Amino acid sequence: MASVLSHGGQQRRLFSLLLVLIVLLSLIPSLRLLLEALSDLGQGTGSPLWRVLTSTSTWRALWHSLYTSTLGMLLALLLGGLFAFVITLTDVRGKPWLVFCFMLPMMIPPQVTALSWLQLSGPASPLLNSLGIAPALGSPQPLYSAGGIALLLGIQSAPLVFLALRTSLLSLPRELIEAARISGASQAQVWGHMILPITRSGLIVGGAMAFISSLGNFGIPAMLGIPAGYLVLPTLIYQRMASFGTGVLAEMAALSMLIGLLALAGVALQQFLSGRSRFGLVGHSGRPHDFALGRWRGGVEAVLVTMLAVILVAPLAALVVSSLVPAMGVPLTPETVSLEAFREMLGRQGVTRRAMRNSLVLAGGAALMLMALSLPLAYHLQRLPRRWQGLTLSAIEVPYALPGVVLAVACILLFVRPLPIVQVTLYGTLGLIFVAYLARFLVVCLKPVVASLAQLDPSLEEAAQLAGAGPWRRLAGIIFPLMAPALFAGGILVFLLAVNELTVSALLWSAGNETLGVLIFNLDEGGESVLASALAVLVVALVAGLMLALNLLAAWLPKGVIPWKA
Amino acid sequence: MEGLSIEGVGKRFGDQHAVRSLSLEIEPGEFVALLGPSGCGKTTMLRMLAGFERVSAGRIALGGRLWADTTHHLPPEQRNMGMVFQSYALWPHMNVADNVGYPVKLRGIGGNDYRRRVREALALVRLEAYAERSPQELSGGQRQRVALARCLVTSPSVVLLDEPLANLDRHLRASMEECFRDFHHRTGATLVYVTHDQSEAMSLADRIAVMKAGELVQWATPETLYRQPRSEWLAGFIGDGSVLSLPGGTPGQVLATDMLMSLASQASGAGHQPVLVRPEHVQLGEQGLNARVERSIFRGERYELSLRLADLTPLVAYSPRAIAEGSEVKAMLTQGWCLEADA
Repeated sequence: MASVLSHGGQQRRLFSLLLVLIVLLSLIPSLRLLLEALSDLGQGTGSPLWRVLTSTSTWRALWHSLYTSTLGMLLALLLGGLFAFVITLTDVRGKPWLVFCFMLPMMIPPQVTALSWLQLSGPASPLLNSLGIAPALGSPQPLYSAGGIALLLGIQSAPLVFLALRTSLLSLPRELIEAARISGASQAQVWGHMILPITRSGLIVGGAMAFISSLGNFGIPAMLGIPAGYLVLPTLIYQRMASFGTGVLAEMAALSMLIGLLALAGVALQQFLSGRSRFGLVGHSGRPHDFALGRWRGGVEAVLVTMLAVILVAPLAALVVSSLVPAMGVPLTPETVSLEAFREMLGRQGVTRRAMRNSLVLAGGAALMLMALSLPLAYHLQRLPRRWQGLTLSAIEVPYALPGVVLAVACILLFVRPLPIVQVTLYGTLGLIFVAYLARFLVVCLKPVVASLAQLDPSLEEAAQLAGAGPWRRLAGIIFPLMAPALFAGGILVFLLAVNELTVSALLWSAGNETLGVLIFNLDEGGESVLASALAVLVVALVAGLMLALNLLAAWLPKGVIPWKA
Repeated sequence: MEGLSIEGVGKRFGDQHAVRSLSLEIEPGEFVALLGPSGCGKTTMLRMLAGFERVSAGRIALGGRLWADTTHHLPPEQRNMGMVFQSYALWPHMNVADNVGYPVKLRGIGGNDYRRRVREALALVRLEAYAERSPQELSGGQRQRVALARCLVTSPSVVLLDEPLANLDRHLRASMEECFRDFHHRTGATLVYVTHDQSEAMSLADRIAVMKAGELVQWATPETLYRQPRSEWLAGFIGDGSVLSLPGGTPGQVLATDMLMSLASQASGAGHQPVLVRPEHVQLGEQGLNARVERSIFRGERYELSLRLADLTPLVAYSPRAIAEGSEVKAMLTQGWCLEADA
């Protein structure tokens, strides 16, 4: 008995220590950033914060950020709202496929989205050239503009609105709708009087998430805005860092703080608004109401498929075509089709293999490490009082909620000098990116495990305890097997996000330490669109394959772990 | 007022029959219960009455007006009925008065007339003081009464109730039952009440349709169901009592003391006619069948005894005083009812 108790105490102390370390790791970069941004305030007009605030480029970039993110959010609300309402509440066919295809843009890295749209439009588009409908040479690329950035931001973040709205629609009790109909409300009145007001909080949450994610997006404004000289806050930081290096770190910290504050303001506003319109819903919510579309069904399905064709299929087709032509501007015909780009990328370019290896090692390593951390963390979290649970989860969420640029700048600040005591310099190595990934993606891996653990009947573990199993034995023999699906789902999600990550690595990479995301971006910047396309095609195939693998896991997971499954 | 007629109604989900050829003629103003164990199809039947499900066979009509058959389907919003849901289904974004007034508003009534109707409906369920509250601030019983007020505000001719007491505690149930009875008296509406609780159905309804596996077992008043249940299963479902297998009698026959005792004494378990004997028809005394007391349970006003006859048939009886378990008694059977054997 005494040994069981002491074992339990030992385990608890160990996990507490782990938890404290993790929370510190999550918070320290942001605190370091704040410290740097607010440094030398005593110098008055000479302080970095003052210099940033008085520069016109700051305010121009801020305005650009707000403008593109707001437009993108509106588009995301429109697209995501339409898909969520139609797919959740009506009897259209092929729902799983529609959902999968609609969610795919969220998982495709932004720079690939931007690249594929660039291949779809403009005078050099191989697809348009092959079809013979390309605009005249010399005409401008329409996507190199604020409108182009907003369009792609909207498409990329529409799945966020879809998810938030779908969640609130699925929890809408069917009886509420039926009670309205039996009171004499027609289908149209049910929409206006019941569904929209009750799901308003879902719309608000989705809109806010779309706005925040657009604000932090780097890949799209980098690919579309930099060539046009249209800078938003993240690309402004990137450009300054690329031109002046670590010399301007203090100013970059001040700029980062500005975006961070904007993002946090967005989160706060969202919580305020949705708190006011969230209702405790009572009733059976198993199956939401099915509106029979009747003779409209075929038409509605055609509209959805057409929209998917425009936002997903057409750009991806353009990307594939671009990867198969020998050079930009050459139309694709049976004579010109060539796999040269793939051969070049995979065979001859050493940098590709290096980038792939780097990305796979980083993403795989982060996924494995986070999986290993998540189980004890989640297990220990559940034993904490509710208030502490909430606080800890919020702390862990900070590096993920802040725009990636902010985290990258914070990590540079923290690790630019050698670590104390051990005298190891992480700056300029893969290790720096690895640490940043760990901090950023921990919450992605942890959340499914926490959700799954909360559903676990505590009596299962108690029964094992009565049978004589000690704390480590219970963790390994009872908790781990039951949590394994959630753990793997979390790991795969981390891998998916990390393998295509660009924002953090764009600032942290160094020669020899390129990632896939950085490589695609650099190739495109260097005018190698065909090679970039070939690489992007491989990346999309990898993403779709991993998503399908997750689909196969779905049966063993609690509801809501896989974002694109209801 | 018009009667509700259900003629040969059936519902199939795939190749699963949820309801099979159900026919009921419901008189205007009648309080009817659909009773059965869970999964018997009673809720499906109610949803077909409401118009949320289409019928796969048969027809439903109110008076001369066709509501549904296999080709025609009147949507719920055009049936002018009221419904009380198990979860109450109060709209969370409206206050109590708005919830109650919504059906009135949909009928294009506004101004003073609207306010008067809402006020009257709330007065009927004694909730005038709560008009401005939101549904989340009410207790379970109060929510139930708001739901009731909402369905009577338009004076519908038919009101459906879907297990309305299932979410309430025992104490509240009794007072809500009184509320329903009162409501029925005052409105004179036809009430169709779905429940799996036989005591609820027996105490409220004028007539009860008992369903099992999608089929109607019996359609009768509570008293008939208790005294003359059709089948062995129904006899076990409603009330206490024991079923003996006797060598004589035909289904639907009442057996008086002499006949019953003579059959029972020659039975020895070899009979094939199931006969229901209610505990109040078992008299313990000086003569009768030999029985052994297996269990004696105190029920407050009396003791409930589980007896076992010589041929091991169980028998339930009441006794005003305690009898030790294991003791031998003699039981006279004063009345029996011959049942149809279960397939």
